[in-house]
Amino acid sequence: MPYVYNEYEIIRSPACNSCRVCEKQCSYGAHVYRDGKMRSYDDKCVNCHRCVELCPKRALKIVKSNMSLRENANWSEANIREIFKQAETGGVLLSSMGCPVKYPVYFDRLLLNASQVTNPSIDPLREPMETVVYLGSRPKAIERDGRGNLINNLKPQLKLNIPIVFSAMSYGSISYNAHAALAQAAQELGIMYNTGEGGLHDDFYKYGKNTIVQVASGRFGVHKDYLENSAAIEIKIGQGAKPGIGGHLPGSKIIGEISKTRMIPEGSAAISPAPHHDIYSIEDLRQLVLSLKEATSYTKPIIVKVAAVHNISAVASGIARSGADIIAIDGFRGGTGAAPTRIRDNVGIPVELALASVDKRLRDEGIRDNISIIVSGSIRGSADVVKAIALGADAVSIGTAALIALGCHVCRRCHTGKCNWGIATQVPELVSRLNPDRGKTRLVNLLKAWEHEIKEMMGGMGINSIEALRGNRLMLRGVGLNLKELDILGVKHAGE
Amino acid sequence: MREGEFRNSSGCAISGIFSLTGKKFSGEKIIRSIAVMRERSNGLGGGFAAYGIYPEFKDFYALHIFYDESRAKRECEEFLETQFDIINLSKIPTRKTPEITDEPLIWRYFVAPLPSRLSDSQLDADEFVARSVFAINTKIQGCHVFSSGKDMGVFKAVGYPEDVGYFYRIDEYEGYCFIAHGRYPTNTPGWWGGAHPFALLDLSVVHNGEISSYDANRRAIEMYGYKCTLMTDTEVITYIIDYLTRKVGLTLNETCSVIAAPFWKTIKEMPKAEREKHEYLRNVFSAQLITGPFSILVGFKGGLMALNDRLKLRSMVVGEAGDTVYIASEESAMRAVEDSFDRVWSPRGGEAVIVRLREG
Amino acid sequence: MTNYAYKLDCPEKIIINGCLGARYIGAGASNKVITINGIPGNALGAYLDGAEIIVNGNVQDAVGDTMNGGRIIINGSAGDVLGYAMRGGEIFVKDNCGYRTGIHMKEYKEKRPCIVIGGSAGSFLGEYLAGGLIIVLGLNRDEPPVGNFTGTGMHGGRIFIRSEKPPKALPAQVLCRRATDMDLKDIHAYISEFSRIFEIDINDILNKSFYVLTPNEKNPYKLLYTEN
Repeated sequence: MPYVYNEYEIIRSPACNSCRVCEKQCSYGAHVYRDGKMRSYDDKCVNCHRCVELCPKRALKIVKSNMSLRENANWSEANIREIFKQAETGGVLLSSMGCPVKYPVYFDRLLLNASQVTNPSIDPLREPMETVVYLGSRPKAIERDGRGNLINNLKPQLKLNIPIVFSAMSYGSISYNAHAALAQAAQELGIMYNTGEGGLHDDFYKYGKNTIVQVASGRFGVHKDYLENSAAIEIKIGQGAKPGIGGHLPGSKIIGEISKTRMIPEGSAAISPAPHHDIYSIEDLRQLVLSLKEATSYTKPIIVKVAAVHNISAVASGIARSGADIIAIDGFRGGTGAAPTRIRDNVGIPVELALASVDKRLRDEGIRDNISIIVSGSIRGSADVVKAIALGADAVSIGTAALIALGCHVCRRCHTGKCNWGIATQVPELVSRLNPDRGKTRLVNLLKAWEHEIKEMMGGMGINSIEALRGNRLMLRGVGLNLKELDILGVKHAGE
Repeated sequence: MREGEFRNSSGCAISGIFSLTGKKFSGEKIIRSIAVMRERSNGLGGGFAAYGIYPEFKDFYALHIFYDESRAKRECEEFLETQFDIINLSKIPTRKTPEITDEPLIWRYFVAPLPSRLSDSQLDADEFVARSVFAINTKIQGCHVFSSGKDMGVFKAVGYPEDVGYFYRIDEYEGYCFIAHGRYPTNTPGWWGGAHPFALLDLSVVHNGEISSYDANRRAIEMYGYKCTLMTDTEVITYIIDYLTRKVGLTLNETCSVIAAPFWKTIKEMPKAEREKHEYLRNVFSAQLITGPFSILVGFKGGLMALNDRLKLRSMVVGEAGDTVYIASEESAMRAVEDSFDRVWSPRGGEAVIVRLREG
Repeated sequence: MTNYAYKLDCPEKIIINGCLGARYIGAGASNKVITINGIPGNALGAYLDGAEIIVNGNVQDAVGDTMNGGRIIINGSAGDVLGYAMRGGEIFVKDNCGYRTGIHMKEYKEKRPCIVIGGSAGSFLGEYLAGGLIIVLGLNRDEPPVGNFTGTGMHGGRIFIRSEKPPKALPAQVLCRRATDMDLKDIHAYISEFSRIFEIDINDILNKSFYVLTPNEKNPYKLLYTEN
């Protein structure tokens, strides 16, 4: 392989007293103690900042190297480096976390409204402000008993105190401690976390009321107790980071508790086929939805998760008629523990456009009440939550944001399994770095802060219940968008 | 610019007078009442709804229609001929006044759905009429049906409400219920269709305030076949009430529990049966919750309802004097037409006041 | 009566007569015996958790989907995607089965799922097989009783095929060899159970040789990845 200078440089100040903490902390081997002093191997550094934060002398700094290839607007350094790698190895490029490529982020081109004079804004700290949502289908008609009282003919629903859930991340892709933190935070916040396709660890059955269990194509860990120990069941068809792609957790990672939770022998690879082989058409989806309902006696709402792809509104329309209660749409910027780079960066569409067109399509067809919508990929802050709901979502789902709260520094090396922050790893000494209680507190802090911000933005618009924000697109204005984009988003341009 | 081309919010004055015995009285009273609240209007819209005014045609739908030009009238009448028996048609009588200008052609038709058309459509007569109204308002250029109920009528124009009342000779009508509206729009529409009340079938609504849930409500109600052509709050509120009462089958009280739903916290403290009912209604009809300030008067066949938003962000006063009930944005508007009241009170936020004709 | 009602008020022995297309029968069921006369609908015995289902007739698609335990006996033929992602229990089919039988079956600890097909199987038999046993007897034909692409993506488990000739067109990642006595010993219990259930003389089954398919551990499916 041609020698290419490293992307990052570790700068060690004279304050370093060679205490070797950095060496101990770096699972990538970027710091080594030799001949009485600390040495840095810049080529091994992934810029995850573990050493920087843990250095007792504050002696470390990591900078992006200013040594660069001779780039031009077409041949970026990334393009060139990728070719070097592939020419050397013949391998498929593998990446992790969400698409980092510069495509438009529509959330950043939408602005929110606030009340002035014609109606009052509301102070959320002192006045009532509601963020509770119920997800699920709505009955087609009311029914009354003999005395004329309304009969509760609602199907099972998912109640969220704030319109946010944690995205599906399997035990295996993230650590036990990360799962423990997510589960506890979900319980405390009155929201949900999601098992992903990794089964459910025995220790987490107690969080059943705050658990969405996933049924994906490999059906790992899926059995009756698993299905019953949940608030909702999610059928995973696709994921925004890798639509149309299955999953493969190598046998080397199926060890100990991971093997037990997935219910496959140690050392046996966990392959999730690209499709569900019992779903080759939309009517087969209905069959899986209803068989899951049958198996759980119609006590659980069923979520169908799909990646935002070109015909997403037609897909959603089919799902809304499948008997499913909730559709989860994951945009192409959604995260992943590992995905082929080309797929991650080139397949799918932005979730904002997918959401806008799905919400419109379902309304045009008169079936929006059949189903609730959860969107993800990527929700980076409370303003994204508010904008998504105003576009038409019932709730959002956060993965990367939750991991960042747990300590992730978005170094995008999840696929190595060496996460220095104890999140995307199964190495016991790395996992132990993540304290689940501390993690829970940070997640709760984050979402409490978001909740307050959401209320503040709602209050500014004079809205005191989240349902009055849902699909309220007049509260949005576009900036720097063309007519077609505005048309798809169903919003006016700022100034209109 | 006219309504429908932009979102027009407005502040307003509202007033309603209802005779519990059904004894009819002249519209002159409602004009005097609404005139007191001139400060709440800005001369850009006023109107009335009157119930019990067409006893000789009470079994027929009374369509009040604005035409921009005679071509629109011709096209509309051609359409009406295909759907309805037209029992009677006339210009709506008006008086000339310098305060009211640029009037469109204003016509009134008493109609019944053609029996063959009605049975082919597999709809009930009300739905048939409602769809015909939507068809005219969305498909025929320059023409707007602004009243479509039985034994009731809406009269509205651009101007101060008392001038609008004089123009339409409201003093010459006798009914058991009148409601009135003075408008303070934040745009300057030159179009009469955008004035209030807004009506569909027997339902008429006047409204004061600006709702913050507008687009959520609009997009939800349009899913059920309604077309919001005016982009005003009153229009969407009317459709929501029509949908919940006529199509879903909720009672008026249940409807109020949907559109001005109690907070979850309040619901939690209710006795079990009450709590379950409210939880159900909020859950199923979450898209019909209306937030932001509003006080509304809703006229319907044989009754009148008043409702404030759940935070009571707009003023509303109710007064009882003998067999007559008065409801208005300001107490002065009631005192102007009635000397002594048995009781005067302000309903709480989200608490509906519903009055109906006494039996017999 | 809905399946839900069965579950609520459920005798241990249930007989369904004149069944025609009713789906999801026995979904997630345990501790009971359900006998079906007729043609049950799709997803029969999905997530089955210990119950026994006996069908006197053919079955349609997606039978025993994600089955965890129990037994399904089919006195006839099965449709496509039989025993998808099955983790435990047994399925015995007297006659044939359609495409994609036993896809992604897996085993875990004491759970070792098994499908025995008396007749022949369609293509993609045992695709992605991760564990458990699939036995195809081909009692009704001389040619190898499987279609194309048998064991594609297989990475565990074993497929036994009763045939004088090895099946054709196997992927390079699958090893095929004649079954030894040791191999046959492993499946003898299932074969004798099959013979007992369908009253077929076991000697008429053991009169031919068997081939056994296993993943080729020296040549696994491998997509070379380059960290990016």
